[in-house]
Amino acid sequence: MIEEKERSEPKVKQLLRKILPRVKSSIRGALPQIIAVLAAFLVGAIALLATGHSPIDAYSALLTGAFGDVFGIGQTLTQATPIIFTALAFLFAFKSGLFNIGAEGQLLFGGFTAALVGISFNNLPVFIHLPLALLAGALGGAFWGFIPAVLKAKLGAHEVITTMMLSYVAFYVTGYMVNYPFKAPGWVAQTVFVAPSAELPRILQPTQLSASIIIALILAGFIYYILERTTLGYEVRAIGLNPSAAESGGINVKKGMVLALVISGAIAGLGGAGEVLGVHRRFIEGFSPGYGWDGLAVALIGGLHPAGAVVAAILFGALRSGGMVMTRVTGVPLDIIFVLQALVVLFVAAPKLIRYLLEKGGLKWWK
Amino acid sequence: MVEVIEIINVGLFAAALRMATPVAFAALGGIFSERVGIVNIALEGMMLTGAFTGVAVCFFSGNAWLGVLAAVLAGGLLGLLHALLTVKFVGNQIVSGTGINIFALGFTAYMCQIIWGSRGASQSVQGLSVISIPLLKDIPILGGILGSHTPLVYLMLIVTVISYIVLFKTPVGLRIRAVGEHPSAADTAGINVYKTKYICVIVSGMLAGLGGAFLSLGHLSLFALGMTGGRGFIALAAMILGGWKPLTAFGASLLFGFADALQMNLQGLGLLPSQIILTIPYVLTIIVLAGVVRKTIPPSDYKPYVKE
Repeated sequence: MIEEKERSEPKVKQLLRKILPRVKSSIRGALPQIIAVLAAFLVGAIALLATGHSPIDAYSALLTGAFGDVFGIGQTLTQATPIIFTALAFLFAFKSGLFNIGAEGQLLFGGFTAALVGISFNNLPVFIHLPLALLAGALGGAFWGFIPAVLKAKLGAHEVITTMMLSYVAFYVTGYMVNYPFKAPGWVAQTVFVAPSAELPRILQPTQLSASIIIALILAGFIYYILERTTLGYEVRAIGLNPSAAESGGINVKKGMVLALVISGAIAGLGGAGEVLGVHRRFIEGFSPGYGWDGLAVALIGGLHPAGAVVAAILFGALRSGGMVMTRVTGVPLDIIFVLQALVVLFVAAPKLIRYLLEKGGLKWWK
Repeated sequence: MVEVIEIINVGLFAAALRMATPVAFAALGGIFSERVGIVNIALEGMMLTGAFTGVAVCFFSGNAWLGVLAAVLAGGLLGLLHALLTVKFVGNQIVSGTGINIFALGFTAYMCQIIWGSRGASQSVQGLSVISIPLLKDIPILGGILGSHTPLVYLMLIVTVISYIVLFKTPVGLRIRAVGEHPSAADTAGINVYKTKYICVIVSGMLAGLGGAFLSLGHLSLFALGMTGGRGFIALAAMILGGWKPLTAFGASLLFGFADALQMNLQGLGLLPSQIILTIPYVLTIIVLAGVVRKTIPPSDYKPYVKE
């Protein structure tokens, strides 16, 4: 025993020596983002004061609501889960130079196709039905990403406009589906419950946290691997950095763009499937309170790195779950959290702004 | 089928012109911004903020025109923000635009609750009233289409023509276009590139704010959550379809206005589920964009200009 300990301790130290500088440098690298978040909360505090609310009360309610107990943490992670998906979706397309701002539509459409498979079969075993429903979600999202991809590659239609328009179309088309052909009996526009064999298990009762978060985390690692270690990832990044150089380097740019947007859509669609199969267990009209838009902001705040996206998604999940508690306790309208999110995006949009503000404040830039 | 033919009447075309108004204002805004090389996808948020500010100021002051003025200023303020982030701090134009859009959605919903205690919509206000043009309104058909509207519809027509003249018939317009097409050459020629960019992006926001004010004060007389419904993006499509030129962009806006008017009238008939009818303007936008975009050349490469 003692021998083993002696032998293992240096190993731990070695490991720490290896990891610590990396942790340090990644915190260093994330400093602009951290400052952006702090600056956003500062401006938000001013907005709260100006509208007759106490920022201290509001923020402390938000914080305790989001992280105060196990239930809060569970709800925070529940809210963070779909945002991890949509952030990864935005990030993947962005690496190829495309702005997929329509993750909302891909999430909705993927959620619907997953629900369709979930309600269509009754006696399939779990190990077939659940993967099938998840796959359907990914394919639904991929299809919704394929449309703007082809329009971009073949006709040059700008994806910012088409993906945005398709988000509205997805909202209304799925809305039509659950108001007419697939409507469950009752008042609410929703499908019937999916079969138990298509349900993603809940992993932290009584919160709604489902196994979808495990898929999200694995996916984050997988996306990192694809982008950094595979030919596909290399091609995607090459297209994003310089399309004409990539083209002359023998990469089929159009094909790469289509593939990137299709994969991006599939990721968002899988996120929708996770919501439908894990949280709601059915498709409810317009179930997403804007997870698609969050994803975009989260990807940017996360420095366009999958790990950063996970961290930033948890922050946004905390804003959403803690925000609800804040509204209940202090009466501050929930929408202040979207103002906060927007402020973070605006600060992140222009890193030079933060640098400028720091220098004005007499602080030295850290590099 | 008879019913479908029946809705195609003078009223439909009048409604098309009405619904083209917010899109045209925003499309003109888009032109001013893109002509100096700044992509402005924040038009949506600028419109929404304009719509909200217009109603809020009208609610407290009782004067709709004061509301319109405030909407223009609010839009201009967001334009200034967009210009600061993208010109001065060289931020990504799409990211900045998206940030402004999210901000507008959150800010208007938040303030709507602070002022009226309701997230969905404001209280009704006394919006702009319809005016009739004396002789014009008596001309058959044309009078029915053009004769009676809120003043903002006529203002839009005037602003379209002024924008055309300014951009293409004056030295100022030449400078504006030069800044977008070839900033370093413009700089060498003694044009203040940064100042031109600032002014045009602010004007862009002001026009979008005006479009928003039309929606809330000239059309519904209240503010509703997310009431712009993607019109800022549709305006971008109108701008592209119009080849970044005011008159043709106005023509393109008419097309989208027509789709919007048709959608509203079709809903009244109840032939198709409303969800399907509501997709018409968005699907049309995608089709139009896919159909024409190859034949258009943007007026700028949208790269940030850094003075050497």
